[in-house]
Amino acid sequence: MLKLYIPCDSVARAVGADQVADALQREAERRQLAVDIQRTSSRGLYWLEPLLECDSVHGRLGFGPVCVEDVPALLDALAGEPAGHVLALGPVEQIPYLQTQQRLLFARAGITRPLSLDDYRAHGGFAGLAAAVALGGADVVAAVLDSGLRGRGGAAFPAGIKWRTVRDAGAGQKYVVCNADEGDSGTFADRMLMEGDPFLLIEGMIIAGLAVGADKGYIYVRSEYPDAIRGLDQAIAIAREAGYLGRDVAGSGQAFDLEVRVGAGAYICGEETALLESIEGKRGIVRAKPPLPALQGLFGLPTLVHNVLTLASVPVILAKGAAFYRDFGMGRSLGTMPFQLAGNIRHGGLVERAFGLTLRELVEGYGGGTASGRPLKAAQVGGPLGAWVPPSHFDTPLDYEAFAAMGAMLGHGGVVVADDTLNMASMARFALQFCAEESCGKCTPCRIGSTRGMEVVDRLIATSDLTERHDQALLLRDLCDTLQYGSLCAMGGMTAYPVASALKYFPADFGLTHTEAAQ
Amino acid sequence: MPDDLLHLPVIRDILARDKDTPGALLPILHAIQRAIGYVPDAVVPEIAHALNLSLAEVRGVISFYHDFRTAPPARHTLRLCRAESCQSRGAEALAAQLREQLALDDHGTSADGAISLRPVYCLGACACSPALELDGQVHARLTPERLRALVNACREDAAC
Repeated sequence: MLKLYIPCDSVARAVGADQVADALQREAERRQLAVDIQRTSSRGLYWLEPLLECDSVHGRLGFGPVCVEDVPALLDALAGEPAGHVLALGPVEQIPYLQTQQRLLFARAGITRPLSLDDYRAHGGFAGLAAAVALGGADVVAAVLDSGLRGRGGAAFPAGIKWRTVRDAGAGQKYVVCNADEGDSGTFADRMLMEGDPFLLIEGMIIAGLAVGADKGYIYVRSEYPDAIRGLDQAIAIAREAGYLGRDVAGSGQAFDLEVRVGAGAYICGEETALLESIEGKRGIVRAKPPLPALQGLFGLPTLVHNVLTLASVPVILAKGAAFYRDFGMGRSLGTMPFQLAGNIRHGGLVERAFGLTLRELVEGYGGGTASGRPLKAAQVGGPLGAWVPPSHFDTPLDYEAFAAMGAMLGHGGVVVADDTLNMASMARFALQFCAEESCGKCTPCRIGSTRGMEVVDRLIATSDLTERHDQALLLRDLCDTLQYGSLCAMGGMTAYPVASALKYFPADFGLTHTEAAQ
Repeated sequence: MPDDLLHLPVIRDILARDKDTPGALLPILHAIQRAIGYVPDAVVPEIAHALNLSLAEVRGVISFYHDFRTAPPARHTLRLCRAESCQSRGAEALAAQLREQLALDDHGTSADGAISLRPVYCLGACACSPALELDGQVHARLTPERLRALVNACREDAAC
């Protein structure tokens, strides 16, 4: 029997994976050929999607990107000389893009079926939970602290400190909340993980719940990810049926259960306090901190809020030990980070590597430069609130501190690449427009500064008067300062990053010289 | 509109089922929209009463979130991604093409009720930009030709 694998990932499907799977099934039936087509998660090598894989003595062989018209010739090749097919990629795990990665979180990506508990367990699933139950809460918190894990949502706060705070916050009702409101352009690691390996997130949340003493968890998923919502709902039901959720979790004697909550198209709900308001059924208005959510979070009770990738990092830390995990990375950025290559990039996809490789290795090495073949102009790192980094700064290591030092941030690890046709003045204007549309309106710099900023950029671009241009540039930089230091949360505070970096590195797009922009 | 009140039994079922859930308002609004396509203004008092909220609180939530509609949707909803990654692959030109082909603005609905346009900021398909979502299905690596064909299919479907 011919065993084939095609991803059921929503983006693989968006480029035709379902049609390819159907065509393979039909063509095999026509040929009276016995095939078993499994729908797995995606490897994250998106430029090769739809990626068809086939079992062989050399491991899984890959073919891609496959379209429906390729199917008859592919089946011919699989029956004879697979390596001779024009789309043949050889053994998938030897593709350099994949082979050189350090996949801890995405170890199962492209290999297992998302909703198969057997597949999950056969590839190391629930080993972390078993270790956590054996260790007990205090030692689990110590292990998370010791691993050096920092919040992967953007702020990079040490996870273990949050865990300790929530654990020590008395004995009453507590919550674990997963922030799965991945709204940043250029990021898709959360989506891939929730669609492709939902039990990993569930396992991470169970470990967190048991360790901090919470019996209820919420996963807040953005509505733009319907496949992730459906998959998580099903996975939670399967996990509950198997005894991993419920009144006695995996023999621990402790209760924990999970519920998916669906966002409603508000970007600001990715900010943790706005997200808590949203789960409470309110408008997503940012709260002032303190009080910290760890002490007064959801419904006013102690709440551990983490991004998807942070929680998904926990099982491997428990299964293999804090020391194993912290051996990856550099400085204070420990472990691995799933970077996401997007935008105008030849080889877009997911690259999980230890912190410390350079942006150039990522964009030029893995990414292969621009998809258009035109000169690379800039990369926006960390989503719409991240800085535009020019190629002259591409040798900066991907490390939280190194990026902060150059007025940028790693954020959620998304990298959007642009070629020389993208105008940075319009991207600066777009950042301010986006902030104006998505601001919750609570604080003045963000609510009003964003609109005033758009007007300033418009005047700056429109004027031909040198003095006026100079004045507007000064005003824009001043406004960026106000946004950065005067806003209540990162939405307004970091909108300054793409604007100020565009102005600093690409003054010509604003009609300025470098000297004018620097003054 | 009196027609809106025809939906009341469905809405009362949803309220009876979900009103005691902690933070019930968003799940309830989603459930109503799934069942009847939008959240009629005429049922806001019903929701407010069931949850012991003010009308303003319920309306405030409905208007805050982009997803909630207060009028029936068109037969097809096309959401073109306008975020940075798709912009770097020509999303603005695709948006202009859509506006021209349908003679609508970015948030417009065609007069025959066949198609609504909505901008969206990221569908998570950034490695295969540009992308759009049409009636819940994501299409990535869009080309101008593919976009035109998708729109034409919506219009033909509406004509028959």
